[in-house]
Amino acid sequence: MRLITYSRAADAAGAITTVSSDPTSDFLAGGTTEIDLLRQNVLTPRRLVDINALPLTGVEQAPDGGLRIGALARMSEVAASPLVRERFPVIAEALESGASPQLRNMASMGGNLMQRVRCPYYRDTASPCNRREPGTGCSAVEGFSRGHAVLGTSEHCIATHPSDVAVALAALDARVHTHGSRGEQTYSIDDFFLTPGHTPHREHPLEHGELITAIEVPSSPVARRSLYLKVRDRESYEFALVSAACALSLVDGTIADVRLALGGVATKPWRAHRAEGVLLGAEAGRESFTEAARVELADARPTANNAFKTGLAQRVIVRALETLTANGRTS
Amino acid sequence: MSVRGPSLTERGPGLEERGPGPVPVTLSVNGAERELEIEPRVSLLDALREHLDLTGPKKGCDQGACGACTVWVDGRRVLACLTLALSCEGREVTTIEGLAGPDGELHPMQRAFIAQDAFQCGYCTPGQIMSAVALTAEGHTRDDDEIKEWMSGNLCRCAAYPHIRAAVRAVRDGT
Ligand SMILES: Cc1cc2nc3c(=O)[nH]c(=O)nc-3n(C[C@H](O)[C@H](O)[C@H](O)COP(=O)(O)OP(=O)(O)OC[C@H]3O[C@@H](n4cnc5c(N)ncnc54)[C@H](O)[C@@H]3O)c2cc1C
Ligand code: FES
Ligand code: FES
Repeated sequence: MRLITYSRAADAAGAITTVSSDPTSDFLAGGTTEIDLLRQNVLTPRRLVDINALPLTGVEQAPDGGLRIGALARMSEVAASPLVRERFPVIAEALESGASPQLRNMASMGGNLMQRVRCPYYRDTASPCNRREPGTGCSAVEGFSRGHAVLGTSEHCIATHPSDVAVALAALDARVHTHGSRGEQTYSIDDFFLTPGHTPHREHPLEHGELITAIEVPSSPVARRSLYLKVRDRESYEFALVSAACALSLVDGTIADVRLALGGVATKPWRAHRAEGVLLGAEAGRESFTEAARVELADARPTANNAFKTGLAQRVIVRALETLTANGRTS
Repeated sequence: MSVRGPSLTERGPGLEERGPGPVPVTLSVNGAERELEIEPRVSLLDALREHLDLTGPKKGCDQGACGACTVWVDGRRVLACLTLALSCEGREVTTIEGLAGPDGELHPMQRAFIAQDAFQCGYCTPGQIMSAVALTAEGHTRDDDEIKEWMSGNLCRCAAYPHIRAAVRAVRDGT
């Protein structure tokens, strides 16, 4: 592993000033992405600034009834929070479906949103990769792409966004709060994640040294009846092939409110706006569910290896909706 | 040996910068304060194995994918391969070597692993046991499905899984 220096930040201002003014430095939270990719020579910081002592922990109810999650709250703490489990089950389920218990004890929520793609070519410094080295080309487009995206891709990159919890947060219109040299900023979750387009190396709009301080989930009564459905190659400790975060409420058999987002199929946590458009006001049932799934995947651009994802994603959407509308799951 | 290129010794403003060469560190491991000189890049796993002769934690993948390196930091199970040793200053690290009583009496989970024959080659075993004790304390031992899910961060290439679950059940049931 490359040589690094280490600093421990005592306050947010010190961490932000240090990293903002030194392009060769990175924040270190749980380290489960940063240390892994440093060892693979994919990330090449000269200096790590440990932010684990900053007071950015906690999972609290916001005044509006929403949720405020500190950037350094660990995945395991957030998943175990009674508030989250009761009001936002989709968040707890997405978290507990991710990584392993050990990793969830280490991994922070801010780090989770900043995790890098798991594309094998990105992790292999011998392969061309536009995300790692802009302009070198995308090895996955013509290469092994079974796990890659079918939505939101470009000719420059087709890697899927790997986070599970970000899919739940996308469904619930979360906001990401940051602090940087430009002061405090708030991003909608949709603006926080960028599709690759011509600039796959730009994964989010943050400037270097901009620190995520908290994630806010607005009050959403519909989230009380919500779920995360994750389909993968093995039952646990694996990233999604396809996943769905879904919340729904019914009035007399009609869909009164619905949130749907997809993971594993797109280059960013994918809010299924088109499917929601079909579902809202429709009668809950196989017919509307299938139509919603079809419409959402209509623009899918599969590769030679991952055509199965288009159909699988549709079945996952239908199953998530059927599970939620089955007895007891919806109000 | 550490190499000090010009870019490596250049200091940014603000925070104290340690390294990249070896720096003195005190780690609290299995109840004892241990002093060592290590580069900041050294993982907790390498510090334990290469510098403190605690070779119980194993290096399976060095990428967070197998769980062989599982130890506890402040009582929580974590992966030593993705943890920097320096980030553990001021924290309590526990390895498999720290599980037995002062008289050397094995922890009930260690005894259960032996009684249930919960290993073949034994390479994954220290990590499995550190996870299994944590899992029991976390209360995730309701049934086999729950044990399976919450032990899924520890792979076993010998596939001793059914016997590992039997050991966890035995400790849960006090049998
Ligand atoms: C084997 C394995 C399996 C995994 N499986 C899953 C899975 O199934 N689902 C899933 O969702 N994830 C999975 N992950 C990814 C894991 O969830 C992330 O690595 C983790 O959430 C990152 O958080 P961290 O605190 O460890 O971040 P770090 O590694 O410390 O940091 C990650 C990046 O974010 C930056 N950063 C950290 N905190 C902040 C902040 N507050 N503000 C700004 N920048 C910051 C760092 O500089 C770094 O570049 C897996 C990881 C591994 C190793
Ligand atoms: S060696 Fe740490 S998880 Fe494999
Ligand atoms: S006993 Fe051999 S790897 Fe588990």
